[in-house]
Amino acid sequence: MKEAFKGRVWKLGDDIDTDIIIPTQFLALKTVEDMKKYAFNPLRPELAAQIEPGDIIVAGKNFGCGSSREQAPEILAALKISCIIAKSYARIFYRNAFNNGLLLLENNELYDCCSEGDQVSVQLENSQVLLGEKSFEVASIPTDLLQMVEAGGLVPFMRKRNGK
Amino acid sequence: MGYTLAEKIIMRNTKRSSVTAGELLNVNVDKVMVHDIFAPFVVEKFREMGFEKVWNPDKIVFVYDHLVPTSFIEDFRHHKIADAFAAEQHIKAVHRADGVCHQLMPELRYVVPGQVVFGTDSHTTTYGAIGSFSTGIGYTEMAAIFGTGQLWIKVPPTLKFNINGELPEGVYSKDIILRILGDIGADGGTYKALEFGGSTIKGLSISSRMTLSNMAVEAGAKVGVIEPDEKTFAFSGVEGSQFQDLKSDPDASYEKVFNYDASNFKPVVACPSNVDNISDVEALLGTKIDQGFIGSCTNGRFEDLEVAAKILKGRKIAPFTKLIITPASRSIYAEAAKAGIIGILVEAGAIMNPPACGLCCGRSGGIVSDGERVIATNNRNFLGRMGSPKSEIFLASPATVAAAALEGKIVDPRKYL
Repeated sequence: MKEAFKGRVWKLGDDIDTDIIIPTQFLALKTVEDMKKYAFNPLRPELAAQIEPGDIIVAGKNFGCGSSREQAPEILAALKISCIIAKSYARIFYRNAFNNGLLLLENNELYDCCSEGDQVSVQLENSQVLLGEKSFEVASIPTDLLQMVEAGGLVPFMRKRNGK
Repeated sequence: MGYTLAEKIIMRNTKRSSVTAGELLNVNVDKVMVHDIFAPFVVEKFREMGFEKVWNPDKIVFVYDHLVPTSFIEDFRHHKIADAFAAEQHIKAVHRADGVCHQLMPELRYVVPGQVVFGTDSHTTTYGAIGSFSTGIGYTEMAAIFGTGQLWIKVPPTLKFNINGELPEGVYSKDIILRILGDIGADGGTYKALEFGGSTIKGLSISSRMTLSNMAVEAGAKVGVIEPDEKTFAFSGVEGSQFQDLKSDPDASYEKVFNYDASNFKPVVACPSNVDNISDVEALLGTKIDQGFIGSCTNGRFEDLEVAAKILKGRKIAPFTKLIITPASRSIYAEAAKAGIIGILVEAGAIMNPPACGLCCGRSGGIVSDGERVIATNNRNFLGRMGSPKSEIFLASPATVAAAALEGKIVDPRKYL
């Protein structure tokens, strides 16, 4: 895991559910690459085309609530979002994100202080997010979870277990 | 110190004499359910992980329900992949058109009290209604369970809901859970166990209890559990004496306790587009609707069809209003047909859909267009859930939906009971 990185902010609200992240009608597309064009389609259909690798999503509370569809974190990982910083996450999404190598950070204040298009810097080493002069603390992530994210998720972890 | 019901189930599973909320531990998985829409992904991840054989083919259930009947040419691919995997791995429990997974798992006794169960669907919480610890996970974790039979969990803290007294006429378990969601919010139960108890819950049928546990996940909860009792043991075909440990202790440690007097509950509706946006039916009277939907793993059971038939009997739904009804399983459909309920519904103008997920997940069977407004008995009213993001979804009990379909607008269901 890169210990420090910068990214441009896309700002989304509270309770961004998994039906918004990827609606059911696109779930039977064959690959995540096919699906990722439809990220956030019901809410902001233009957004997926605008997201660039390294961008950061900043959101309110309960991000990823709703269904267990793992395509939700998978397409965000496929769009190469570098991390999400939300006030809180729904539990299934939280597990699915780490299992797919997508980094999630939690902070309560950043959302109300930043605007879409801002640049923020993430410093994992000291659990800080910087916005201009201001800094925000994020809960630290256990090292083994960070290593799983770095390795790309649970699949490579299990491959190693199975000696593959 | 005592333990909550969720903790008791985990202790039973792990053969431990104590557990603490917040503790991480490995559970031995008693049963898993994978539905058609995610089956190819589970299979792919299982192979990518380097596994060759599943840990126990008798503990795996495949249910085809999201893509039944198929709506697009590519849908059948999911069934073909799952069929081939089941044959290769000697998995015998494959249901190809028997109903919605969360109805079938308890109905066919794949899940019984005291078990730890995971499914690739968020509404796996439904089986908490029969005293199991069951929750939804993603397909990657499911692939890891297929290979190992284990999963790590965090022991959840519990929110206890004591509900006592008699429910007024026209008020159902759907109204109870919607009210609770309104009170604690769509993230009010995140990572937690919800435990429902009290005389009102004891008085509910297993079907009604399943509605509560089903929607526990709408508060973000990990599980929604109800102490098993004689009704549960009869439903699950098990000997009650084997499950006496499945009771929360009087001195259990709860994060918070909520007390409700059932006589204060009213018919309520979740308004667009959040499940916790709750309003009394009385405040919405006259709101025009274009489509009603009765069905899903939340409210597609016999008693739900029965109450709809009671309201619709000898009447016709409003012109230009559609009413779509989806029994939750084949056996419910057959039983309702035998009881004359299906005839009443059809004569009133309802469109019967096959027992599957269809409209609830926005995949088939009544997809809505821009500007349409739906009142439905399922569990989610998210933006675009049933089709166009420019449509609106209200959630309510089967009685409230049936009454609304009669008039083409939201009305108080009690006037038809």
